[in-house]
Formats: sequence, C-alpha cells, structure tokens
Amino acid sequence: MPKPKIIETLDRLSSKPEVKYGVYLTAVIAFFALILLPPMLGIIIKWNTMQQVLNQPELTARALSAIGNSFAVALLVSALDVVTGIPMAWLITRGKSKLLNVLDTLSDIPFIVPTAALGYSLLLFWSKPEGVSSLFGSPLVSPGWLLVVLLHFAFSYPVVVRVVVGALLDYKMEYEQASRTLGAPPFTASRTVTLSILKPSLIAAFILAFSRSISETGATMMVAGILENGNYVPLSENGATFIQTHLGPNNEITGPVVFASFILMILSCSIFIIIRLLGPRLKTPIKKVWPATERKLSYSVATSSRNGISLLTFFIFVLIPSLFVALPAIEAIFGGPLPEALGGVRIWGEYWQGLLLSYWLGAAVTLLNMVIGLPMAIIIAREKFGKRASATLDILVNIPLIVTSAALGASLKIFWESFALIPEILLLIFAHLCITYPYLVRSMSAAVERISEDLEEASRTLGAKPLSVFRTIILPLTKYSIFSGAIMVFTRSVSETGATLAVTKLRTAPVVIVDWVRQKTPATSLEIGLGCGFLILFSFVILLALRLIVRGKGRY
Amino acid sequence: MERNLTMPDVRIVNVTKRFEKIVAVNNVSLHVYDKEYFSLLGPSGCGKTTLLRLIAGLIQPDEGEIYIGDKLVNDVPPEDRDIGFVFQTFALFPHMNAWDNVTYGPKVKGFDMKKAETIGHEVLDMVRLHERLDAFPSELSGGMMQRIAVARALAAGAKLLLLDEPLGQLDAKVRNELRYEIRRMVRDLDLTAIHVTHDQSEAMAISDRIAVMKKGKVLQVGTPKELYMNPISIFVAHFIGESNFLEGYILSVKGNGALIELRGGVKVQAANKDVERGGRVILAIRPEAFVIERGVKKRKNPVLGVVERVTFEGTNIRYEVRLENQDLAVVVKPSLVGEWFNTGEKVTLSFPPEKAHVFAYPEAGLREEMAVE
Repeated sequence: MPKPKIIETLDRLSSKPEVKYGVYLTAVIAFFALILLPPMLGIIIKWNTMQQVLNQPELTARALSAIGNSFAVALLVSALDVVTGIPMAWLITRGKSKLLNVLDTLSDIPFIVPTAALGYSLLLFWSKPEGVSSLFGSPLVSPGWLLVVLLHFAFSYPVVVRVVVGALLDYKMEYEQASRTLGAPPFTASRTVTLSILKPSLIAAFILAFSRSISETGATMMVAGILENGNYVPLSENGATFIQTHLGPNNEITGPVVFASFILMILSCSIFIIIRLLGPRLKTPIKKVWPATERKLSYSVATSSRNGISLLTFFIFVLIPSLFVALPAIEAIFGGPLPEALGGVRIWGEYWQGLLLSYWLGAAVTLLNMVIGLPMAIIIAREKFGKRASATLDILVNIPLIVTSAALGASLKIFWESFALIPEILLLIFAHLCITYPYLVRSMSAAVERISEDLEEASRTLGAKPLSVFRTIILPLTKYSIFSGAIMVFTRSVSETGATLAVTKLRTAPVVIVDWVRQKTPATSLEIGLGCGFLILFSFVILLALRLIVRGKGRY
Repeated sequence: MERNLTMPDVRIVNVTKRFEKIVAVNNVSLHVYDKEYFSLLGPSGCGKTTLLRLIAGLIQPDEGEIYIGDKLVNDVPPEDRDIGFVFQTFALFPHMNAWDNVTYGPKVKGFDMKKAETIGHEVLDMVRLHERLDAFPSELSGGMMQRIAVARALAAGAKLLLLDEPLGQLDAKVRNELRYEIRRMVRDLDLTAIHVTHDQSEAMAISDRIAVMKKGKVLQVGTPKELYMNPISIFVAHFIGESNFLEGYILSVKGNGALIELRGGVKVQAANKDVERGGRVILAIRPEAFVIERGVKKRKNPVLGVVERVTFEGTNIRYEVRLENQDLAVVVKPSLVGEWFNTGEKVTLSFPPEKAHVFAYPEAGLREEMAVE
C-alpha cells in the first residue's frame, strides 16, 4: 500500500541530519524549558521572600522539623518496603502455586487506588470505629506520624515489589544454579549471588519508594491531622502539609512555602545523587558464610515461615487497608447517597466535574508526555548526544520524581506567573506534566535499550529512512512499553493532589475528596466512601482495559 | 589436593523428563563408571543438557531414578550431591573477581580461609592461570573464563564433574587446546566426568565412552572406536563421522553374508545383520573404507564409476564419484599415500563386505532418520 504523501515527506525529511537532530534538540529544550528548570527557577524568583521565614526562628524551626519528618518517613518507609517487598517478590517469582498469579495482581492494588481514596481507606481501617479500632474500643492508630508511615508503606510497597519482580524475572538463574552446584544452600546462594547481582535494581526500588513517599501530599493530609471544631489540625507535619497550610487564602505563594519548597528540592536532589553515587559502591556481605545456620534457613520450615510473614504483612498492612473503603462504598450503594450521587445533587455536582477534569487532565498529560518524552527516551537509550550527555540526562530526568509534588507545584506557579497571566488549566497541565514525565521516559528508554541496534541497522541497510525505522521497527517493538508508561503517567496524574492544590483553585477528584475528609466541604462518611469507591472503580476499569490490551499480546 | 577416595559411578534408571508436551528425556538408562570420562553426544534439542541437569539436581525427573555412587539422589538438592558443574556460558559470578569465584565453593562449604586459599592456588596451578586473579569476568577472555569456570568446579572438591558444552563459546583453536587440558585434569584427579557436546570430534577425542542421543533417547553407547566402526543405526552412522548411504534390496542371505542389489542392478556383498531376503535396506559405507583404482578392475564388491569432483583437504583427498547406477559416493584417501585421480576418470570402487553396515530402510524415510533437528 503506498504511503500517504505526508508520511513520505516526513520520512524524507528525517534523513536530513539537521532535521533529525533538530527534533532531538527540541525534546531536550522542551525538557529543560517545561520540566526541569521552571520548578528550580521559580524558587529563585521568590528568593527574597524566604527572609520572612529566616527572621522568625520558630517558623524556621517548624519548617525544618516538617521537612525532617518528610525525609525521616520516606527513608524509614523505603527501608521497610525493601525489606518486606523482597520476600514477597521472591514468593511471586519463585513460588510454585498457581494462586501466585492472583497474588501478583493483588500486589498492584494500591497502584490503582488513587492516593486520596487510599488515604481515606487507611484512615477508616486504622483510626475510625468502622475499622479494626472497633475491636479495641479506641483508635488503634490515631492520625499522626504512625498513620502517615502506615499510609506511605502501603502505597510504596507495590513499587518495590514490581521492580524486584521484574529484576528477578530478568535474572539469569544460571548464577544461582552455579552457586548451588558449588555447595551453597538456597539461602546462601540467594544472599551471596542473586541479591548482590540485583543490587542496582534494589537501589532503584529504594529510590522509587523514597520518591513516592516524599512526593505524597493529599492522602498524607488526611491521615496526618484531625478535625477540631470543624477545623483541620495537623498532628504530624511534613514538608507537603507545611506547604499546604501556608498557602495564602487565594493560593498565593508565601515566604514559608518558598522556603520549604527550596529546602525540599535541595535535600531531595542531594539524597538522590548520594544514593545513585554511593549505592553501587555499597558492598553486600558476600565474603562471610555461615554454612550451618544458612542451611537451616534454607529448609522448608524457615521458608514457609518467611512466606507466611510476607503474606501476613501484605494482607494486614497493604491489601486490606487499601480496599477497606469498599465497605462504606457498598453500604452507600444500598440505602445511602447513591441516588443523589448519580443525580449530581449537592456536593456531587462538584465531584463529577472534578472526576471529569481528572480524567481529561490525565489523558492530555499522557498525550503530551508521549510527544515530548519519546524523543528524549531515544536520546537516552541510544546515546544520541554521546555517552556522558545521555547519562547526565538520565539522571536529570529523574529529578521531578523525587521532589515533593507540593513543592514542585508551588515553584512552578511562581515561575509561570512571573511571565504573564497563565490560564489555571495550563498551569495544572504543566504541573502534572512535570510530575509524570519521568515515568514515561524511564519506561520507554528501558524498552528501547532492550531492542538490539542490529535491527535498526538492518532496516537502514534495506533503505528505510530514520523516521521509517522508528515507525516500522522501534514503535511496533515498544508499543507495549509505551502502553505501560502511559498507564503509569495516567494513574499518577489522576492521583496527583499536592501540586494541584499548590498551583490552582481548580478541583480535581482527589482534591474534592481530600476536602470532604477535612470537612472543608461537609460530607458524611458514606458520601466520602462512595466518592472513593467511584474513583477506584473507574480507575480500575480503565486500567484493566489497558492492561488486558497489553498482557493479551503477551508482552508488558 | 585431598580428595575423597571413593569416586562415584552414576546410574540413570528409566529416567523420563517432560516439559509440558515435550518429552525431553525419554526412558533413558545409562551407567557411567567410576573414573570414566563419558560424553553425551547429539544434536541440539536431543535432551543431553536436560539429562545432565537431572544428574546435577537442577531439575527433577518425572519418572525413574538417579544414583550417584550407591545413593539415590532424586530428592537430594544440588548442593548436597558433591558435584562440580561447568556451564556452557561459564556462569562466573559477575560481581566477584576470578579469585573469589574460584574460592567460592570451599567457602560456602565451611572450609577455613587458609584451606580455601590453598585449594584455590592448587586448582589455579592445574588450569595454569595465576595471572588476572583480580580481574572480573567481564575483563577476561573466553579461554580464561573457561579455565576459571573449570577451576571453580574443581575447587569445590567435586567427585563428579559435569560439563555442559564447556567449549561451545570458544574459538576453534582454543577449543582444541582446552579439550585435552580438561581431559588431563580429570585423569590426574581421578574424577568421574560427564561431558555434554554436539561436536563429535570433541567427544571422540577425549571420551572413554560416548552415548549418542536423539530426540530424548539414547541410540547407542560405546567407545569412540565402537561407535565409529560399528554404528547400530543410520543416525549414528551419519552423526559420527561420515557415511555413504546406498539404497538396495536383499537378494539372498548366506551365513554371515548378504547379497544386496543396489539401484541400477549393481550387486554387492555385505555382512549379514539380521536381514531377510527381499527386505529394503540402506547400506552405509565409510568414505575411507573404499578402495579406488583406475579403470575397470576385477575385485570383490566392485562398483564402477566416474570421478566427478576432487577436493584437496590437506591430509586427505576427497573424491566424489558418480557410480554406474547414478548414486554419488564419497571416497576419502590420505593425500600422501597412493596415486591421485582426476575429474572425469573412470574408476573402480571396492570395499570389504565387513566394512559395509546394513540397516533396514527406515519407515519414516532416510532423510527423516538422518535429520539432526
């Protein structure tokens, strides 16, 4: 079938080096201009407002304490996630039962539950009389620091499990088998060989869990404070909640917001760079062996106990709390506010508008990411500007991942408002673009790297122009990774709360729910449950449909 | 180096292994004797690696039993079978340098550091590799990695050495050198070794006995000489060395001999191999079994032909001769012995009856019987 004329023209243009490199350069400029620099420059523009904070030692101390809480929670939660996630990933990949496929899917549940719903679900489960607290007569875990840790643990856990499962599936079993033939029992083989070889993936899992924790705002606000006389009082303040509580009445960026955003950004980037640089140098204890003890730890009693503890941890601390919101949602359906909800009456009008906005925004951001993210992924994977430049870009692309979304949002607002009157919706798109960009680029660059360059070269020797190579070779072979990246971008955008609250007064579905929980908009627990339930249901349906398309073709 | 003086033999009794619908190893029984260098030889996919991995305990049989020494090892994990395994891809631990790889086995078995070091140095002496011990596998050449892999397997104190195509990743020259080195080490250490390969010249050069496998079954077990001189199937005659295959019918059977009519009415004699009069057969004759003479000669089992192609191979000369019945026969002669023939010359081929092997014509067809995949 003859190619359409426009495709032919584009194909021809793509062989001109100036056009090809122009596209790549544009992608890099777009990254710096839209993603990386605005949040950083925004802080610099309002630099002088930080003086407000520095002149008030108490406020400074409070800000630093809040930021310290963010990092303490993120570091603790990441460590817990890695320690508990590895045995779970091991069970999923090495276990022999067919039910493990179900477990594999269940471990992803917190991914598809938007964090606003997740926060409310955990609040119900751990603190409210409807949850486990009913067994004890008083809140088992009150809102505050511990509940924040439990929340962050629940939504970061699947990240670690997913990364480690992927690493174990890609791992060459021959190394472990070689170790076994040399006399090492399974525990020793795993410790001294497998985990050591997988160290880069474990570090990546730690960084991802850390970034997810440090970024989280909306759900944290639900579980970090209580209502007193109709007012929200934070019991445990972290960086994100500090920023939220210090935004002006019309969402103006105040000195404390600039100060907290600045410190959060600097510290996040520093910790990220330290982990990236020092992590690979961290030596795992492989020289020393304890044959007798490790042999006992390899026996079925020890492995069964380990598997049992992994499953219990998952069910008690992750799955059940994540889905607990289904109970009030179901109650709301049978003789509750369902008719009102479906009719869009009272608070529900705003809810449906928020939901539509969330999904529209998610789709728009996903599309934009694909346009500007794909060329960047190719630049990194194929080292189009040289090895060093690609490695640098690879690190820089991750920066938005590890900056608190509230800080990112605040800073973006400062930057863009300094130019002209930017429509709020555009600000929102930019903010979500910033936050979600790394997900697509990472997913795509990993997929492109897996494709042998021989295939592209073969295509070129057969006469295909560069764009034709991309269309006919790269795209077909990576389309499922594109789907995968698109799913992550979409879910992240739909879930995003902190940056949304910081940049705009527009109300997405998660923002609406957070306000319901904090009683900024009065809502009953059934109404909140139902709102969360709708959010989970629609997200689940969209994700299931996308996942079936991806998995149905046998690749992911 | 200290070694346990009880060296194992290996008995495989009616072992079957399936991977879903594929029967990778089909009711195989074998006995590898103590201190024997035994090769499993066959084309890709014949089940030889699967069988080796069953012996190693890396996979479990669906049926049958495996004994190492007198011990039934079906349920014994690999780390307790006292084996050394050399992988085709070497499987050197990428995060450990050469020295740490070699001393890994003694360490995980609980030997003290001094003993582990002594063993490490001993095996490295054996494989003649003391340089680059600080190097990581990615920094070593293929030959060096192979030596480290072998040293690592030996340092673990294995009684039984299992080698899965250990030379497959190496270039031809290195392969030729290292095959003999491995053989020497196994002999010097009095080990029992089971070596998997698809290279028949490698198997023939170093093995005490060879099992030829195809599609999960063992077709024949014997010394290299037995397999070469007395193949019991068309596949073995084809896979080991080279054979001419001529189709014919049994005209008559007399004592130890059979008279066979080839295509075109050419009649030859062969040693009787339980064939019946009128049966359709394949006659397998090694290229070097032919005697080739100029012109028409009266000989036992003469077949006239014309030289169609001559290839000088250095040590040998290879003649492709179009026989009078239009079959093509290959004759190989030493290049420095006897006369040379030219293309187009009329020649007489003859062969001793006992050097021709008679096989019943395969039901699935000759091509299928000879197929290596």
